[in-house]
Amino acid sequence: MRVVVLVKHVPELLSQRALGEDGRTVRTSDDSALNEVDENAVEAALQLAGSSEGEVIAVTLGPSIAVDALRRTLAMGASRAVHATGDAFAGGDVVATARALAAAVRHLDGEAPVDVVLTGLAALDGLGSVIPSLVAAELGWPQLTVVEELTLEGQTLVGRRELDGATERWRAATPAVVSVTDSANDPRLPKMKDLLAARAAEITVLTHTDLGLADEEVGAAGSRTRVVEAAQRPEHPGPEIVTDDDGEGGVLLARYLLDNDLVGGAR
Amino acid sequence: MTARQVLVVALGDVRGPVLEAVTLARTLGTPTVLSLQPLAEPDLHALGTAGVERALVAELGDARHAAAVAGRAVATAAEVTGAHRVLLPTSFVAKEVAAHAAWLLDAGLLLDVASLAEDGDTDQVVGGKRVFAGTWETRCAVTCPVAVATVRANAVVATPADRAASTAAEPLQVDATLPRGLELLEREVRPTAGRPALAEAATVVLGGRGTEGDFAAVEELADVLGAAVGTTRDCVDEGWQPHDAQVGQTGVTIAPRLYIGAGISGAPHHHGGMQASGTIVAVNVDPDAPLVQIADFAVIGDLQEILPAAAAAIREHLDQSRGS
Ligand SMILES: Cc1cc2nc3c(=O)[nH]c(=O)nc-3n(C[C@H](O)[C@H](O)[C@H](O)COP(=O)(O)OP(=O)(O)OC[C@H]3O[C@@H](n4cnc5c(N)ncnc54)[C@H](O)[C@@H]3O)c2cc1C
Ligand SMILES: Nc1ncnc2c1ncn2[C@@H]1O[C@H](COP(=O)(O)O)[C@@H](O)[C@H]1O
Repeated sequence: MRVVVLVKHVPELLSQRALGEDGRTVRTSDDSALNEVDENAVEAALQLAGSSEGEVIAVTLGPSIAVDALRRTLAMGASRAVHATGDAFAGGDVVATARALAAAVRHLDGEAPVDVVLTGLAALDGLGSVIPSLVAAELGWPQLTVVEELTLEGQTLVGRRELDGATERWRAATPAVVSVTDSANDPRLPKMKDLLAARAAEITVLTHTDLGLADEEVGAAGSRTRVVEAAQRPEHPGPEIVTDDDGEGGVLLARYLLDNDLVGGAR
Repeated sequence: MTARQVLVVALGDVRGPVLEAVTLARTLGTPTVLSLQPLAEPDLHALGTAGVERALVAELGDARHAAAVAGRAVATAAEVTGAHRVLLPTSFVAKEVAAHAAWLLDAGLLLDVASLAEDGDTDQVVGGKRVFAGTWETRCAVTCPVAVATVRANAVVATPADRAASTAAEPLQVDATLPRGLELLEREVRPTAGRPALAEAATVVLGGRGTEGDFAAVEELADVLGAAVGTTRDCVDEGWQPHDAQVGQTGVTIAPRLYIGAGISGAPHHHGGMQASGTIVAVNVDPDAPLVQIADFAVIGDLQEILPAAAAAIREHLDQSRGS
C-alpha cells in the first residue's frame, strides 16, 4: 500500500486564536501544532502501509511554519514528507485547498500509484470536515469518511461510521479517500531519537507551478468565498453563581429557567 | 423582476431544521425543497404551511447514503430549478453532500452559517458564523454565481409563511450509480428513546464524567424540558453513552437555545462544540471548572441532588399552569 496522509498545521486550542485584518487565521510556531486528529490519520496510514510493506507520504499545504506538522509526522514513522507552499497559496478557501491537495496527490500518483489518501476528521481550527469529500470529488475516487474503525480486507477497505443515529459499514476498492475520527485508533508517541532525526530530515517543497496549477487556481484567486468581516466578540460578563449548600440549588435552577422563559419546549 | 430560486435540501425527515432552512430561504427568494425520500401527507402539509409550492423527490434507494450520489441529486435539482442558492441543514453527512454538490455546480461553499443574506450592492450572498469556540464573529461572501451553504440548527426560528401554499411533489430523475468500487454493506438505525435529535434540539441536557455513569437524573430533567441528551467524549469512551451523543470538536457541534451541562468540566475540546449556545447553564461541584466560568448561570453542588429537584420544581410549575 502506498498511502498519502494529509496533515494540517493549526493553532493550539488553548492559545488565543485570532483572525488578522485579512480575515485569515493568525499562526505562529509557538502556539501551533499538527492538527490533533490528523495523528489518528497518520496512525491509520502507518497501520495500512505496515501490513503490506508500504510507504506513507505526508503532505501539508501551508505557510513555512507548517513544516513542523510534517516533522511530527515523520517522527511518528512516515517515510517521506511533501510541503506544498508559497505565497500564491495564501488565502485559499476549502475549494482552493482541496484542488491543491488533489493536485499534490496526482503528482505523487504520477511517480507510483497511490492506493489510499488518509485524512483527519476535521481541522480543529475551521471545523470544516469537507476537505476529504472535496479531494475525493477532485480525484474521482470513492470515499470512506468519518470512519471509526478501518480494516483492510485484501485490496478493499471496510469502514464503520456512526452518524445521524445510524451505524453504517461501507466497503471501498482502492484507490480511495478515507477520513478517520479520533476514536479510530491510539496514535503512537514518537520516541525522542525519532523526533531528533525528523528535525534534520529532508522535506520535498513544491510550489503551485510544480503541481501544474495556474496562479488563478490557487489561494485567494482560486477561491469562491472571501471573508468580508471578522470581529472579536465582547468578553463574557461572567456567570451568575448560586450554591446548593442549603439544598435550594435545584429550585433556584428551575426558577432561573422559568424566569428567563427557557422552558418553552416542555411537555 | 422574478424572485430568485432557492433550493432547500431535506436529506432525511422533514423536521425542524428543514423548516428553519425554508424560513431562511424565504428571505432570499422562492424556496423549492428537494427530498431524498418519499414525502408523506404530513410532510407536504408542513412544507405547504412554510410556503413551499414545489417539492422534488429523488428516490435513490440506499445509494442516497453515499455523499457523491446525494450530492449529484442536489446539483441536478439546483439545475432543474435554476436555483443559485442551495441550503442544507447541517450535519457531518450534510457537509459531505454539500461538498459534492458544490464541486459539481462550481459553487462557493459556506459551512454551518447562522445567517445568510443577499448583498444588493455586490449581488453576493453573505453568511455569518462564530468561530474559534464562539470568540470571533465572521462574515463570509460567496464571490461566484452559485452558493451552497449548510445552516446550523436553531439559528433561525421556523415560522409559517404569510400565505400557505399547497405543495406539489414531483419526481426528480437522478443517476443513482455509486462511485466505482463503493458498496454499502450494512446500515442500522439506532432507536432514539423518543427524545429530539441532539443536533437539532432547542434544549439539550448533558451529563459528563461527574454522573459516574448514572444518567437517570440527566434524562429526567431532559424529559421534563423536552430536551435532547448529550455527553462528553470521556463518557462515550466509558461506554456510558453512544458515540453520536458526543458534543464537541470531534463530536456533534450544537448551538441550542439552552445548554445545561452537569458534571462536565468544560475542556477545550468540548467547549469548541457548544459555545455558540444561547444560554449556558453549568451544574458542578467545582466552582473553578472552566464550564462554570463560561456559563451564564451555574449551580455549585451535586448534580444527583440538583437535577431531580429542578425537574420536580419545573414539573410542579407546569402542572399548575395547566391546571389553571
Ligand atoms: C483529540 C481529542 C478530541 C476530543 N474531542 C472531544 C469532544 O469532541 N467532546 C468532548 O466532550 N471531549 C473531547 N475530548 C476530551 C476532552 O479533552 C475532555 O477529556 C472531556 O471533555 C472531559 O469530559 P468530562 O467533562 O465529562 O470529564 P471531566 O473533565 O473529568 O469533568 C468531570 C466534571 O464533573 C464534576 N463533578 C464530579 N462529580 C460531580 C457531581 N456529583 N455533581 C456535579 N459535578 C460533578 C467535576 O468537578 C468535573 O468538573 C477530546 C480529547 C482529545 C484528545
Ligand atoms: N491545508 C491542509 N493541508 C493538508 N491537509 C489538510 C489541509 N486542510 C485540511 N486537511 C486535511 O483534511 C482534514 C479535514 O479538514 P477540514 O475539512 O479542513 O476540516 C484534516 O484533518 C486534514 O487531514
